[in-house]
Amino acid sequence: MTWLTWRQFRAQTLVTAAALAVLAIILVITGRQLSHTFDATVIGCRARGDCTAAINSFQNQDTQLQDLTKLLMYVVPAVIGIFWGAPLLARELETGTYLLAWTQGVTRGRWLAVKLVLTGVASVATAGLLTLMVTWWYSPLERVGAGRLTPGEFSQSGIVIIGYAAFAFSLGVAAGLLIRRTLPAMAVTLAIFVGVQLAMPFWIRPHLIAPLRTVSVVKAANSVANVGTGAGTGSRLLVGATTNMPGAWIYSQQVTTASGNTNLGPSPAQCGPNYGYNACQATIIRMHLRNVVVYQPASRYWAFQWYETAIYLAVALVLAGLCWWWVRRRVA
Amino acid sequence: MIEFHLDAHSGVAPYLQLIHQVRQALRLGVLSEGDQMPTVKDVVGRLAINPNTVLKAYRELEYEGLVAARPGIGTFVTRSLGDGSAAALRPLRQELRRWLTKARRTGLDDESIEALFVDTFRSSRQDDSEEDIA
Amino acid sequence: MTAVLETCGLGKQYRRRWALSDCTLDIPSGRVVGLVGPNGAGKTTLLHLATGLLRPTTGTIRVLGDPPPATPAQLARVGFVAQDTPTYAGLSVADHLRLGAHLNRNWDARLASDRIERLGLDPAQRAGKLSGGQRAQLALTLAVAKKPELLILDEPVASLDPLARREFLQILMEAVADQQLSVVLSSHLVADLERVCDYLVVLVASKVQVAGDVDRLLATHHLLTGARRHPVTLPEGQQVISASHTDKQTTLIVRTDGPIHDPAWTVSAIGLEDLVLAYMSRNAPGPRPALEVQR
Repeated sequence: MTWLTWRQFRAQTLVTAAALAVLAIILVITGRQLSHTFDATVIGCRARGDCTAAINSFQNQDTQLQDLTKLLMYVVPAVIGIFWGAPLLARELETGTYLLAWTQGVTRGRWLAVKLVLTGVASVATAGLLTLMVTWWYSPLERVGAGRLTPGEFSQSGIVIIGYAAFAFSLGVAAGLLIRRTLPAMAVTLAIFVGVQLAMPFWIRPHLIAPLRTVSVVKAANSVANVGTGAGTGSRLLVGATTNMPGAWIYSQQVTTASGNTNLGPSPAQCGPNYGYNACQATIIRMHLRNVVVYQPASRYWAFQWYETAIYLAVALVLAGLCWWWVRRRVA
Repeated sequence: MIEFHLDAHSGVAPYLQLIHQVRQALRLGVLSEGDQMPTVKDVVGRLAINPNTVLKAYRELEYEGLVAARPGIGTFVTRSLGDGSAAALRPLRQELRRWLTKARRTGLDDESIEALFVDTFRSSRQDDSEEDIA
Repeated sequence: MTAVLETCGLGKQYRRRWALSDCTLDIPSGRVVGLVGPNGAGKTTLLHLATGLLRPTTGTIRVLGDPPPATPAQLARVGFVAQDTPTYAGLSVADHLRLGAHLNRNWDARLASDRIERLGLDPAQRAGKLSGGQRAQLALTLAVAKKPELLILDEPVASLDPLARREFLQILMEAVADQQLSVVLSSHLVADLERVCDYLVVLVASKVQVAGDVDRLLATHHLLTGARRHPVTLPEGQQVISASHTDKQTTLIVRTDGPIHDPAWTVSAIGLEDLVLAYMSRNAPGPRPALEVQR
């Protein structure tokens, strides 16, 4: 059964190995270069003076490759689900070869177990290798970056991609089993996977760990606006304040009055057209406004990575287990 | 070695056809004493018929004493038919020719002659077998 | 002799429809069994139940003594060739043989490779590029080389040309002679089965109409012709399978164990194809479907 699984999967394995090898070569060459550039420009930039410019220019290195690696991290789990997971059962059911496979000398349970385990492990290994290579390549950039906890960065770094790949694979297998046609199964896998990936950062991940809440006094407003409230009762004040939390994932940020009221009241006269910028700032500072920030600190990055990976892996295992149970007991 | 053929539409049971063909072969000298019969596997491989059919035919031939099975070696012909030698058949053949000439002279065509012969042959067989039972 | 396939009240339901119902069979070993019936009668369902690809809704089924497919041991004793002989299009002939070797414990590699050679198949050729007849032969080789006790084939020659059909049956019969196989083979054409089968099961509209040794069936079914008689009444023990009437004549196909003495009828023998057709065209519910002919 091991031989058969390998033989059926041979083409995909070779293509993937080749692609990973090519990627590895590209990343190794450019990665070493990136590292050198980092050493040259950023390290010791403080001694030389302004770091901001150095960092900026460094971050603009290889932007195409940065985008490519991000794209890969998005796309590879989906590809695994669609091209490795969905056809695993769907192709056999569609072409009728399951009638041949299930009447040899191995039971259905063993047949599916071997296929699931070997192909599943291959999926996870591919994702693991990919993230290993990309993380290594990205590490200099990470050191000057703002951390990767924010939704845009989180799913392309660390170990979550392993969970995504496992989940996409199991999802594909389940879709193939239920739909029994390869192309529709691939489409459904893609649709559900994308749906879940969109839902995760907005609806699930924020609740994995309770966020922190901090309140600080507004010392400088970085934007002031007057918003008309209509009904001729004058205008309402809106103040924007800077939050300086590098690497944190900010859920919400709001400026409130000293007593916590989100309605800041009417716009003060000093912020009207007859007065200058400094007067307005001074007035606002005297209002003792508060900046309330709900956030996750950057230090929680790995906690989130582990939790999320664990969730995806658990779902993947449950789906795979259900498929195995279904095939043994119910199919055909 | 004898090669069998099957007429699927003759209405005669396949095993009887095989027996008949063996007897014919023995009469005509295609098969003689000591010859080996084709194996069951060979026969079914050529004719695509049930092996039990061939086994049945061979058993029947063995019962009639025409062949004998030697386990592990094969099935062999044990005697020829034709106490039935050509000489003994000659007078019968001549008589039959005379009858045929007579039949043709009365104006019967080939088909009618054949029908007459077959009908008489069959009914005489039936009478014989009824006598046997009685 | 142990029974090779025993069913008792076997039935399979899909949503609303019963694909097979009330099926009771007791098929002895050492036979080549023909399962004949029109398309949609339930032949594939019965065969899939026998190979364990389906589970029964009601009733029981035992194949070689065990309900299928209990264990890998039982899987090894039963070979199956599915309808349209599915093969892995991307795998070569040699790969298929390796598949057989890896997945079957009693695999006879010599037998398999000899057969492939005799058939003239190129081991390196992909199964997807083979003709229908060649694929069928490959599937048969796979089933036979695992040395089963029972071989089940679902309409194996339905889509083959006459030459391929003949070659397939030749190879099959050789394997039966060689390995003492029991075979169950389904078809919707009686002509295919007449040559090779010595036991027949007629399945129509999901029910077994008649089952028994071919010799016995032919001996107990007769064609009766006589002056028109309607309704037809016959003595006890004689069952009318089908009847047709013209204005002057009545023709019956009758099943009986004993002789027919009524001089009003002309009795003649009936061929297997006509026998099957008579059962296939019966639509009156009438007496209960005929069970197995007594041995």
